[in-house]
Amino acid sequence: MTRTFSLTRLRNGEAVAVADVASLPPVQFLQDIIDATDRGWRVASFFGVPTAAGATLWCVMATPAEGLLGIMRTEVEASFPSISRLVPQVHLFEREIAEQCGIIPDDHPWLKPVRFHRCFVPDRDAWGRRQADGIVVGAMEYFRVEGDEVHEVAVGPVHAGIIEPGHFRFQCHGEEVFHLEISLGYQHRGIEQHLLGGPHPTTLFQMETIAGDTTIGHTQAYAMAMEALSGTVPSARAEILRCIALELERLANHTGDLGALAGDVAYLPTASFCGRIRGDFLNMTALLCGSRFGRGLARPGGTGFDLDARQAGELLERLAAARADLENAVNLLWETQSVMARFEGTGQVARETAREIGLVGPSARACGIDRDVRRDHPFGIYGVNPVAVAMEENGDVCARAHVRWREAEASLSFIEEQLRQLPDGPVMTDPGPPAGGMVAVALTEGWRGEICHVAITDDAGRFARYKVVDPSFHNWTGLALALRNQQISDFPLCNKSFNLSYCGFDL
Amino acid sequence: MIKALLARIHQKHRTTPYPAEPARLPELFRGAPDLDPEKCPSDCALCVDACAHGAITAGAGKTLSLDMGRCLFCPECTRACPHGAISFSNDHRLAVNRREELIVTSNQVRRLAAALDERIRALFGRSLKLREVSAAGCNACEADTNVLSTVGFDLGRFGIQFVASPRHADGIFITGPVSENMHLALLKTWEAIPEPKIAIASGACAIGGGPFAGSPAIHDGVGDLIPVDLYIPGCPPHPLTILDGLLRLLGRLEESR
Repeated sequence: MTRTFSLTRLRNGEAVAVADVASLPPVQFLQDIIDATDRGWRVASFFGVPTAAGATLWCVMATPAEGLLGIMRTEVEASFPSISRLVPQVHLFEREIAEQCGIIPDDHPWLKPVRFHRCFVPDRDAWGRRQADGIVVGAMEYFRVEGDEVHEVAVGPVHAGIIEPGHFRFQCHGEEVFHLEISLGYQHRGIEQHLLGGPHPTTLFQMETIAGDTTIGHTQAYAMAMEALSGTVPSARAEILRCIALELERLANHTGDLGALAGDVAYLPTASFCGRIRGDFLNMTALLCGSRFGRGLARPGGTGFDLDARQAGELLERLAAARADLENAVNLLWETQSVMARFEGTGQVARETAREIGLVGPSARACGIDRDVRRDHPFGIYGVNPVAVAMEENGDVCARAHVRWREAEASLSFIEEQLRQLPDGPVMTDPGPPAGGMVAVALTEGWRGEICHVAITDDAGRFARYKVVDPSFHNWTGLALALRNQQISDFPLCNKSFNLSYCGFDL
Repeated sequence: MIKALLARIHQKHRTTPYPAEPARLPELFRGAPDLDPEKCPSDCALCVDACAHGAITAGAGKTLSLDMGRCLFCPECTRACPHGAISFSNDHRLAVNRREELIVTSNQVRRLAAALDERIRALFGRSLKLREVSAAGCNACEADTNVLSTVGFDLGRFGIQFVASPRHADGIFITGPVSENMHLALLKTWEAIPEPKIAIASGACAIGGGPFAGSPAIHDGVGDLIPVDLYIPGCPPHPLTILDGLLRLLGRLEESR
């Protein structure tokens, strides 16, 4: 029997009444997070809902044992004791609580803004900035290494390629990076503020664009949360179609990144081939719904499009062709010594570090951490039709690349199998309105890792809070640590091996 | 080495034959809207109500218009209309020169982007370097712009290239709704590009804020911040929609195509 501490138990994609969620004194709440993380639980989401006195803090925790999730809450006033030193995986969550709710995690080792926006409560600010003062993105004290021959390299927000903006500061000694600090917030679009009082007519479309390369991952989580709140059960056919779309999204991104990794070590054959094959997978998603990014496909209650036998047949044909091309392109990587020499040992993250900072997705699995929402907290069709979980041990660029490749292979097999046994039925079950006074938790495994959505409704069934955690929120710290004692010229390679989302983080 | 050569043979030549041959788009692709208000019963506003983005206007006396600058090309309006008065065609040619030309009405012929004036075209017609700035773009517009530089589209064959520095660029290519936090960086990048220069707003967000229009954290797109020469609608625009717009801007596609 798994110890659940004071957590109220629930399963992925379930809702419970807010009144039934354990409400603890702050000290016990924080002690439970410390104790539970010691016993193998991890923090999936930790956030505040502003109150007149301070904030209600909510924590959602997950353990692979029995596929359990747990949720609890506490009331705090102007401050609460920071536990980041004991549980490093909450360090960004605590900073986010400070920025959004205007309350202070006391003794936080690194209390700086996360996204550089105004507090949700107009007259509060954790850093004492006045309403009249402008908030300048990136304006904060950066970690600095001092000493002879130490120099600083600052990059961004606008980068050299066609990519999203962010600011990176490297503390270097010659070519060697001592420390990398990543400061984001440039992409902040005010998504969580806007979700208050929702769902609004635009909510679904904002969910599709939280991270545009993860449209299915986030929209499926949203759909699951809305289905839980309204007691809707989508058909098996709809569940399968959503999972097929999720795996196509994974395939497109893993393929693109394997090509980009090859490009970063100047191995152009795989870079060229994968750049094109990625498009083949995007076009397969467009075959399902007309959009290469899956817009319009996942919907609360099911899917916006059905798949007829002819389309399913064409998809199978295209999958077989893409599999042959992808195997051909990617296997060149493992057989080319100059590629392996650059991949192996670069950007290593130790397993213990990965566990402490709470890495998720392929980045965690590449460090030997056996963690995958599709198996640990099954959703959609994965409970019945599991997908193989790929693992590596070394935690370097090579391990991350290899995990991605093996996941791509597993996704190909999964989709082919599902297409051959697609059950009949409708693809849409009309979801009713969300129930009031409930909290729903929905986790999916996007291509970057665990996506967590938590929806809390007020008495009228409107969102009192809707919290989104993109896997990038857990993983950016991993990239920073991967750069330690590396050559600064290896940054692009390390960066691409994680390929994290800026807008998913900045919301 | 021999394996790389064999792989090269296996992977074949796969660059799109467009524009020499017609564009091949997914069957369900939602391109230029087709409006047929003759089918609208009086006082019907089902499509107007179904659009979460305020893109559709139904006027008195059977008129219908759709603003492609606000439209995300989602299927909601076509599903809401039981009369078949609104649908999306497979036509990927959507880019225009002026914001108001994005408004499609049933009684007007849709205008496609015209070429830049002779003077600018003499400079950029055969070599156009662009600096891309993502100002809170969700990475879909960025990804489907990036893809133009792959072998699948081979943008380089048209003399068009995305470059690393604004100092090396002839123009700016903007994606995203322009967050407050990217406002300054966007303007600084624009200022860093030497004259003469052009500006392109690509995607619903850059044109008008997209699904985030109205959020205090963003500027509802490029607006008046930078004078725009080419608007490319879509969420995100298909790579061929972008390519079509760029080629038209450079006068490299005949108007009839």
